[in-house]
Amino acid sequence: MTLYDQLPALVIAVLLFTAPITYMMRLHGFPWAVATLSVVTAFIISCSLAATVFNGETIIYEMGGWSAPYGIALHIDALSALMAMLITGASSAALIFGARSLADEVGEETAPAFFSAWQLCTAGLVGMVITGDAFNIFVFMEISSLSTYVLVSAGPDRRALIATYRYIVMGTIGATFYLIGVGFLYMVTGTLNTADLAARVGATENIRLVLVAAGFISVGLAVKAAVFPMHQWMPRAYTYAPNAVTVFIAAASTKVALYVLIRVDYAIFQNSIANHDIQLTLFLVPLGVLALFAGSLLAIYEKNLKTLLAYSSVSQIGYIALGIAMTSVAGLTGAIVHMFNHGLIKGGMFMAVACLAIRYRSVNIANLAGAGRAMPWTMAAFVIGGLGLIGVPLTPGFISKWYLVLAALEKGGAGAFLIAIILVSSLLAVIYVWKVIEVAYFKAPRANAVPVTQEAPLSMLIPTWIVVLLGIWFSIDTRMPVGMASRAAEILLGVK
Amino acid sequence: MEILGLYNYVVFAVLLMVGLYCILARTNIVKSIIGLSIFQSAVFLLYISMDKVDGGTAPIIQPGAPADTIYANPLPQVLILTAIVVGISTTALALAVAVRIKEAYGTIEEDKIQEMDREL
Repeated sequence: MTLYDQLPALVIAVLLFTAPITYMMRLHGFPWAVATLSVVTAFIISCSLAATVFNGETIIYEMGGWSAPYGIALHIDALSALMAMLITGASSAALIFGARSLADEVGEETAPAFFSAWQLCTAGLVGMVITGDAFNIFVFMEISSLSTYVLVSAGPDRRALIATYRYIVMGTIGATFYLIGVGFLYMVTGTLNTADLAARVGATENIRLVLVAAGFISVGLAVKAAVFPMHQWMPRAYTYAPNAVTVFIAAASTKVALYVLIRVDYAIFQNSIANHDIQLTLFLVPLGVLALFAGSLLAIYEKNLKTLLAYSSVSQIGYIALGIAMTSVAGLTGAIVHMFNHGLIKGGMFMAVACLAIRYRSVNIANLAGAGRAMPWTMAAFVIGGLGLIGVPLTPGFISKWYLVLAALEKGGAGAFLIAIILVSSLLAVIYVWKVIEVAYFKAPRANAVPVTQEAPLSMLIPTWIVVLLGIWFSIDTRMPVGMASRAAEILLGVK
Repeated sequence: MEILGLYNYVVFAVLLMVGLYCILARTNIVKSIIGLSIFQSAVFLLYISMDKVDGGTAPIIQPGAPADTIYANPLPQVLILTAIVVGISTTALALAVAVRIKEAYGTIEEDKIQEMDREL
């Protein structure tokens, strides 16, 4: 056994074992340094795992040498590797970017606990995507949720506390629903290993219990993923969390719940419940369509820039839900690519917002008048991100919408309706992005406001632009995200 | 027999709904957290009920026990121990947040807090 064989376990172990060390660091700057080091290590490991499974292989790692289905197995295929890369990448980018803004927002004495919660959160999210055990997913889900609550509550405004409390209530209900569903599945099958579950659920005669389980699991995960109308916890949590935390959770955390939704619904239920694709379509298409409109409309009327972007996330999650609901290779590819691309776009945009916040001391859109001239690089990054939300060619958003439209075309008449909806909601995105651009570029700064003359510090501007340029890179050279996503879709649908 | 056999599951469903109602109907944060706790406890009952095997004893192998001894299923017990730990952590964290809300706002009534936030 070489170290290379142990990489699947190491990606979580590195984060879990260094979290207590971070907590013990009391010197200024050290907690941040240890956390960054371990998260970047996890990112490098994820990249090497992704390289291994790039061509459609699956790594199965048996924890402690106990063979599945008795032991817990880690199960890494193209989809989990892509998600692990997104999570650890977003986490490292947000940490490196946040060195300055977190020092601003998080007090010196809370820093050790804060950064160790950050590592635990990353570990939990990565654990959810690489584990092959349904109960293990719940445990990792709670590790990541509990630490996310801590991260959100570290926000400087006292409203962060109320946001955290709401998030705890909704998050716990979602996770508990998932747990109930897993319990029912265990009752009918006697197993928790996802591969084993897929085989045994098909053989069971007690189909009603399986359906109830599928319902509990899907609704629970939809709460976690902030699928409209179960999104209420999200806008506040995003708005009042420290800026760097928003970058991280907006890029990664809801996507992971969607990942589990895809995993459970496709790998376990799709092949074992008759008409499951129709049920999934009836569940997710209406919610997705509503999310597209409600999210965009709420964003259009929003005055706070962070809340605006959070509502825009609600509508973008609608696209992902639509892609999942289409149960075709093209639709699933679109959904998975959009999880990755939206992570890049939103991560970059929230970074730009954090840059604005550090100079303007406010994220109210009205106060940002003149930002286009005072902070040209920051606003340019924001605009490129906004174009990505709209889905303009040469931005990542275009690629994912392209696949969604392709998938809709396969569906005939109903598909044409979906394409029309996708187009209209893209136009709504133009409105809310323009609203910000108009104030930032075409309005004179308020007379009584303290004039901002400085661009954001380079330590924040450079990571922002790296993320923005990466987005453009992945929309021109789509081999990595689209290649992995289509391979993942083929594996999930059993085409290959 | 049928109804008696399902007794635990009925209690599970009732507890689940009592918990959910508590969360939704109360504006007092601590009372909502109590509801959340009840909600989670219902799931513990679900898991513990399913591990019971008719005539089964505790799943510990003892020297000299007859070979045909029936044991209860140990796996759900292990699972639910984990879930109980998770539940306690969630409750503790929620209560800690409630303490900080009280410090920051001077109240733990959600409607009053909403009013105070609107005034800002």
